Amino acid sequence: MTLAVFALCGFAMALAAPFLPIWRFRPGGWLAAGVPAASFVYFLTLVPRIGDDEVVTASWNWIPTLDVAFALRVDGLALLMALLVSGMGALVVLYSGAYLQGKPGLGRFMAYLFGFMGSMLGLVLAADLITLFVFWELTSITSFLLISFETEKPEARKAATQALLVTGGGGLALLGGFALIGIEAGTYDIAEITAGGGGLAESSRYLPILVLVLAGAFTKSAQFPFHFWLPGAMAAPTPVSAYLHSATMVKAGVYLLARLHPALGDTTEWTVALTAFGSVTMVLGAFIAVHQTDLKLILAYSTVAALGLLVLLLGIGTDLAVKGAMVFLLAHALYKGTLFLAAGSIDHGTGTRELGKLGGLARAMPITAAALAVGAVSLAGFGPVLAFIGKEALIEAVLHFGQAGEAAVIGAVVTGGTLFAVAAGMLGRLLIGAVRAPHHPHESPWEMLAGPVLLSVLSVVFALAPALISGGLVAPAAAAVAGEQVKVKLALWHGVNTALLLSLLSLAIAAAVLWNAPRLRPVTARIADAAGPLRPGELYYTSLLNLNRVARQQTRLLQHGYLRLYLAITLATAVALTVAAIAVRGGVELDNSYGDIAFYEVIIAGVIIAGAGLAIRASDRLTAVVALGAVGFGVALVYAFFGAPDLALTQFLVETLTVLLFVLVFYRLPRLANVSPVPTRVRDAALSLAAGALMTVLVLASITQTSDHTLTAYFAETSKPVAFGRNVVNVILVDFRSLDTLGEIIVLAVAALGVVAMLKLRREDSP
Amino acid sequence: MSGLVALPLVVMLASSVAALAFLRYPKIQEAIALTGMVALVGAAGWLLAETWDGEILVLQAGNWPAPFGITLVADLFASIMVMLAAIVGLAATMYSVGTIDADRERYGYYPLMNILVLGVCGAFLTGDLFNLYVWFEVLLVASFVIMALGGGRPQMEGALKYVALNLVSSVLFLSGVGLLYAATGTLNMADLSQRVAEAEADGYMTAVAMLFLTAFGIKAAMFPLFFWLPASYHTAPAPVAALFAGLLTKVGVYALIRVFTLIFTTDVGYTHTIILWLSVATMVTGVLGAVSHNDVKRILSFHIISQIGYMTLGLALFTPLALAGSIFYIGHHIIVKTNLFFIAGVIRRLGGSYELVHLGGLARSRPALAALFFIPAFSLSGIPPLSGFFAKFALVRAAAEEGEFVALAFVLGVGLLTLLSMTKIFVEAFLKPASGEAPAAPASPGFWHYAPIGGLAALTLVLGFAAEPFLSAATEAADQLMEPERYIAAVLGEPQ
Repeated sequence: MTLAVFALCGFAMALAAPFLPIWRFRPGGWLAAGVPAASFVYFLTLVPRIGDDEVVTASWNWIPTLDVAFALRVDGLALLMALLVSGMGALVVLYSGAYLQGKPGLGRFMAYLFGFMGSMLGLVLAADLITLFVFWELTSITSFLLISFETEKPEARKAATQALLVTGGGGLALLGGFALIGIEAGTYDIAEITAGGGGLAESSRYLPILVLVLAGAFTKSAQFPFHFWLPGAMAAPTPVSAYLHSATMVKAGVYLLARLHPALGDTTEWTVALTAFGSVTMVLGAFIAVHQTDLKLILAYSTVAALGLLVLLLGIGTDLAVKGAMVFLLAHALYKGTLFLAAGSIDHGTGTRELGKLGGLARAMPITAAALAVGAVSLAGFGPVLAFIGKEALIEAVLHFGQAGEAAVIGAVVTGGTLFAVAAGMLGRLLIGAVRAPHHPHESPWEMLAGPVLLSVLSVVFALAPALISGGLVAPAAAAVAGEQVKVKLALWHGVNTALLLSLLSLAIAAAVLWNAPRLRPVTARIADAAGPLRPGELYYTSLLNLNRVARQQTRLLQHGYLRLYLAITLATAVALTVAAIAVRGGVELDNSYGDIAFYEVIIAGVIIAGAGLAIRASDRLTAVVALGAVGFGVALVYAFFGAPDLALTQFLVETLTVLLFVLVFYRLPRLANVSPVPTRVRDAALSLAAGALMTVLVLASITQTSDHTLTAYFAETSKPVAFGRNVVNVILVDFRSLDTLGEIIVLAVAALGVVAMLKLRREDSP
Repeated sequence: MSGLVALPLVVMLASSVAALAFLRYPKIQEAIALTGMVALVGAAGWLLAETWDGEILVLQAGNWPAPFGITLVADLFASIMVMLAAIVGLAATMYSVGTIDADRERYGYYPLMNILVLGVCGAFLTGDLFNLYVWFEVLLVASFVIMALGGGRPQMEGALKYVALNLVSSVLFLSGVGLLYAATGTLNMADLSQRVAEAEADGYMTAVAMLFLTAFGIKAAMFPLFFWLPASYHTAPAPVAALFAGLLTKVGVYALIRVFTLIFTTDVGYTHTIILWLSVATMVTGVLGAVSHNDVKRILSFHIISQIGYMTLGLALFTPLALAGSIFYIGHHIIVKTNLFFIAGVIRRLGGSYELVHLGGLARSRPALAALFFIPAFSLSGIPPLSGFFAKFALVRAAAEEGEFVALAFVLGVGLLTLLSMTKIFVEAFLKPASGEAPAAPASPGFWHYAPIGGLAALTLVLGFAAEPFLSAATEAADQLMEPERYIAAVLGEPQ
């Protein structure tokens, strides 16, 4: 219960936030930050317990009909993530209060932010696949709302929609995957599924499950070819980018892969898919990052690279790799959080994020600059920072990775070098030289400095004293991912080994990249241009355009507006379905012994057919109506001759009335125009004949069906003694089936009402 | 207790006649219609409570024993549907009070609405195939007159297409009834169930089943029979469109589910496979239609079609879980779709148009409305934990269990496109800054708009967050459908 309260308190804040009066005052943000801070402290108190292999759970039988439980569970992995989400959450709320101070809609912003925090905590703590999915989708929705927060910006609306569609599409794939897992494993309980060991990996549906889960994870965690939505998401206010699109939400995909690693991992398919997509994403992200000049875009693409790296590590899946992944996960959240928050601070203090317009910030904004420097050192992966330990672990893991190890090593070294160049270029331009900025730069308020400073300090402290995290946080997390205990000993300095030498090699690459930057840029830009239409971002837009085109064409084809075609298609469908049934199933037999056909029967049939023919050929309405009347009278004659005189009488009356009414109404209408060309008329005639023939066959076939006269016999027997009526038909109408008669009376009354209204109430303006 | 089955019909008949007596006094009509709808909700609630535990209530009209007279039957499925009809009937009546002009009211708007709901409830409660036809006629003529009432040329044109195509449905339905009667000699559906099962499973019955499929497929707006719906719904006034959008197609779905679980179950491999592919085509063509439009009402109209596909898919899969999914989907959809049409009406009031290009800025000027739109729109898109998610999830699971992976893929893909077009409305009408073409003095919506919108949104939340009781009821209703013996025994008496 306590767990649920601290996990879901974000939602309570989200509901309350728009109505709270605190946002107008500066300490409002401090107060609000207390909520995630309290969660953070709660999760900290769990650290010793989880370290002792305990798990903390809370669960409710939410929807037993669908075997869905609302269940939360804290193990090492969940705890690490929960600490990140709540801790970063507190800093970001504090930061945002100052960043957006005085802007309209701060309450709304906080509502979205807290909603996201609740969703993200729910996601990482979920112990049930469907619970997890619920929160997974909620993070997509809150992310949509946050990206589009500045609604007047078209690019914000566009980016928000794009992010929602990409992650939403992945979410649907994930739902399919979860449904299959549920069927194969017989449960949605994550602990049971992961404890089931090889059950899923050996099932016949392993591959579809894997593909669907990967589609979900890759879209969420911005893996190639879905990485394009993440840079777009930078349209969100910077604290949002720091929180959602770097430290937490984009890690949800990585988290899911880590979570399901014991159940789905360590197969060839898993390893190949994750290492391939991870490596490509990693290298690609780093390369694009080099070319950016917008501070946030640099950070966004380097985040893409980091996410690729994490996926690569999970793909390798050895204890070493898993350990590295957990360390890097934490390290990345710390330093990328620092960098984004510092970038926001720079934007806030100078009015721009463009590298080219900035310089000398070390003097103008010293605290921000210091944090930025620590962050950049981490991004570069050199120095006494946690990210260095993470990167060494990556290279170690890659070195010990059997298949295609060389390619992965090269990828890792190149990425490391490129990111180093990115970091160095960024730092050099921002901090050194004369002060340059659009406005006179000023240091940010303390609320906006607390985050970057704290995070960068932690980066360094954890690196210098890794024992602080290795036993309590990293080891339990790695154990949850590996599915078994993992020994974790972290150290900043391992002595001179291959990993270190490779790091140095990447340093050389960085130097080369930096040295040649002016010459390299046009070359890579040309490559990027040439590949334009193939870029996944372009692909997204072209497929959206194509979808719209196909949708329009289809709709024009189907919903063209011509009633006669609608009628034709409807009738054709009825005929086709019925004929197909007879053709496939057979068994429609016609009885050929019709007995003697009497002379008058031929005449009646002739009258009916001639009437129908005349009605079709008639060029004025009067003739058509009279011809139809002839058909009706013919049918009435059939009744009369075959033992239903009262029915015949009714039919005569109805036909007479109808003809009279029609004549009255149609008298003033123009002649019928024959607009259809000959082929259309042939088609319509064929369709009509087919429909008529079909009905004829069915009616003839009905004769051969064994018929039952229980009802008729009962009516005849009970009509007089029980219902006190001599005329059976009357008794049927007013007693046996009086409810039908009531209905028909209502129909007539409504029709009358309608006629009056249509004659008297006529207007041209209809809302 | 059996008289209870007729109570919803009696209530609606009484209120329509009473309202008819006060044609010249719109205010009195409003009061009568509202009272009638509240009473209907009460009657439906009572009926639902009595059938909740699985009891099937039966009323033999005129005390003529089945199969000789007409039987009214309330199993759980029927009771759920009557309850839904009552809820949206009440909501639409409330909305009408704030919207419908006095002219329309003087020409019988409220009595017609009541008769329409009467026809709908009659269709749900009848246990007789011909009587079902009669109720279909009642609701068809009532809906036609309401749709045409007081309209200009576009509205008349829409109404004409509506009635012409629905009359084809009537003809096919009646032909089917005749052919079935010729073969079995009965019209009572429980009796039919037994006789059709006893008859040889040959092409004749399957052919007749196809006639019913087409007839009800037209009513339900399945592919390729849905043309009347997009041609007409967008022309009607908001409360009318909302009531139609919520209820009418679902009567067709109800009839499909009824006859294809009770009567035509002897050739499931053939008939239900056809329903499966028609369902998939319905989902896809409907959602593409929605994607291709930029008019709020037209987008919403095409989404109805798309989601009919989900509902009939559950019937096609023909497992208890799938049918439960269908029933839950119907409930979710009726509430959500009615509400979206209500909101579309308010959008038009505020923005002066249904066209997305002319709209904008509503999130800023009406944040509450934005929140109220958000709930049904994202529920329709199947975002958890709103009602649409559980409806979709039940179907996804059922399709996966049956190994229908193609259908499963379409269910998921269509879900994405639904999300796309709901996001489109949200972004264009609410987030985008206003274009400046909005009317200078927008007609401000009031209590009679927001009350039904808020009420239905609250129901959507309840159906999502507290889905269990509703899903378990849907499961019980589905179990009854899958075991028609219980229905037959209740109608015809225990077999001797």
